[in-house]
Amino acid sequence: MTTKSQAVLNWIDERFPLTSSIKGHLTEYYAPKNFNFWYFFGSLALLALVIQILTGIFLVMHYKPDASLNAAGVPVAFASVEYIMREVPGGWLIRYLHSTGASAFFIVVYLHMFRGLLYGSYRKPRELIWIFGTLIFLALMAEAFMGYLLPWGQMSFWGAQVIVNLFSAIPLIGPDLSLIIRGDFVVSDATLNRFFSFHVIAVPLVLIGLVAAHIIALHEVGSNNPDGVEIKKKKDANGIPLDGIPFHPYYTVKDIVGVVVFLFFFSAVVFFAPEGGGYFLEYNNFIPADPLKTPPHIAPVWYFTPFYSILRAVTYPLFGLDAKFWGVVAMGASVVIIAFLPWLDRSPVKSMRYKGPIFKFAVFVFVICFFVLGYLGVLPVSPGRTLVSQICSVLYFAFFLLMPWYSKIDKCKAEPERVNFK
Amino acid sequence: MSVDQKMDSGRRTLLLATSAVGGAAAVATAVPFVASLTPSERAKAAGAPVEVDVGKLAPGEMMTAEWRGKPVWVLRRTPEMLASLEKTDDKVTDPASEEPQQPDYAKNKHRSINPEYLVAVGICTHLGCSPSEKFKIGAESGMGSDWPGGFFCPCHGSLFDLAGRVYKSMPAPTNLEIPPHQYLADTTILVGDDGKA
Repeated sequence: MTTKSQAVLNWIDERFPLTSSIKGHLTEYYAPKNFNFWYFFGSLALLALVIQILTGIFLVMHYKPDASLNAAGVPVAFASVEYIMREVPGGWLIRYLHSTGASAFFIVVYLHMFRGLLYGSYRKPRELIWIFGTLIFLALMAEAFMGYLLPWGQMSFWGAQVIVNLFSAIPLIGPDLSLIIRGDFVVSDATLNRFFSFHVIAVPLVLIGLVAAHIIALHEVGSNNPDGVEIKKKKDANGIPLDGIPFHPYYTVKDIVGVVVFLFFFSAVVFFAPEGGGYFLEYNNFIPADPLKTPPHIAPVWYFTPFYSILRAVTYPLFGLDAKFWGVVAMGASVVIIAFLPWLDRSPVKSMRYKGPIFKFAVFVFVICFFVLGYLGVLPVSPGRTLVSQICSVLYFAFFLLMPWYSKIDKCKAEPERVNFK
Repeated sequence: MSVDQKMDSGRRTLLLATSAVGGAAAVATAVPFVASLTPSERAKAAGAPVEVDVGKLAPGEMMTAEWRGKPVWVLRRTPEMLASLEKTDDKVTDPASEEPQQPDYAKNKHRSINPEYLVAVGICTHLGCSPSEKFKIGAESGMGSDWPGGFFCPCHGSLFDLAGRVYKSMPAPTNLEIPPHQYLADTTILVGDDGKA
């Protein structure tokens, strides 16, 4: 480095921790050298967030959150999305990047969460990273749900109607709470405007804050790895983990490969199947919202369907409160329970590589149930399907609630002293 | 402050008192913000009654009016439809309409003022979808061979009979709401105002 640029850097460093931050988070942040395929999804989630924010900024320049009817009798909000798609130069691409980006975000985040489950990344000392992660997932669900109202199509309207009414099932405060969420007695212009405000300002701010907390906590304790052993236990004379390599350049370069492959698939969907076969953008949402008529079949977007199925699976009243309330409780619990994993898993080892047959079987059943619930969530109800979703919901919760026992009695293999690396 | 210095308890008290008052002020500031989330005066005023002319409704047909942003159904029931209510009596949760989901004048076996016309808010009491009409009897409706005609909520599968009474063990907890209404003439219904305050 030339003395002149060194001088500029020194000037900054005396006033702002630039060099030390770059070292702490990139060039001297030592990550385990045995990261595999599953470790792409953290950086890809960050990329998805950036895509959503960037495309969102441009969409807001043309979108109008207004439920009133225009001269042609079409809601202004619905018409403004059509306008973006047909008349704004490049608008169709920006909009498809945003709508497909939402689904891509959830795919990446689900894989990222599954990675944590596979390798025990939630275990001590990474409990807070996991809790921040669960909160990010919750914020992401809120963000996606409120964003889905904005096009003001039939699915937007009736989806919001159903979810806001969920809150009215809470005893005592429920009806007032749903009134405060809607800002009206029905889903209306007031609802559309406040969801717009939350979607573009409030929730993104919370998301970015949580993502920062997630990464700061991660860099404080260091990354887990596919073997689930702590690399900080074996250090060289300089205090650097023997199995660690600097995040930059090693993992920045690796992650760029992940980004390229991701963008390859992402672009293919954006350009050739932006509606995702009706799963990313539901066909009923190409019809303007009609408060008088529910579409014959309504289903949430695919990323909510496992939890939606759990909601629908509860059909029995309990303790004098009706089934609706317990359905809401079950759905909320099915997300919140994820945050408790660090304390539910009592296995002596972290990684699936060394866990015993019972745990592996439990994860296998859990994944099957998650997919079955997700699949049933897009279908209309029938008695048979309700029974299957009830069985899967019970197994979903059993996976978590019985974990303290089955993880303890399981026959685990011994963890290695250091990470495996070929 | 170093540890060996004596704490000035007078100042500590002042500090606590100031913090408490400041905290109360901060909480009070939240009031207008929360209040702004509740329905505006305009939204509250938008609940005017709606006049519905049912003169052109043929027996067995249903029409939908909009009242307070919600669909209000008027179904002209045929004698067969009314007879089907006898059959559903033991299939529904609340056959006698004990739950206060209707004005007193509609708390009867057909849940209406005039047995012929059912006036109901077409919003499922589960999560607020609008149920679809499944008036055809039996397998033709796609609802099974013993289906006596009624409503099916597409969202979570709740079933209602032709008086808006919910079937047993359905997600919906109560019967459909019957709005306050009155007959201005034989075939003119005023929805939202029954002339009783």
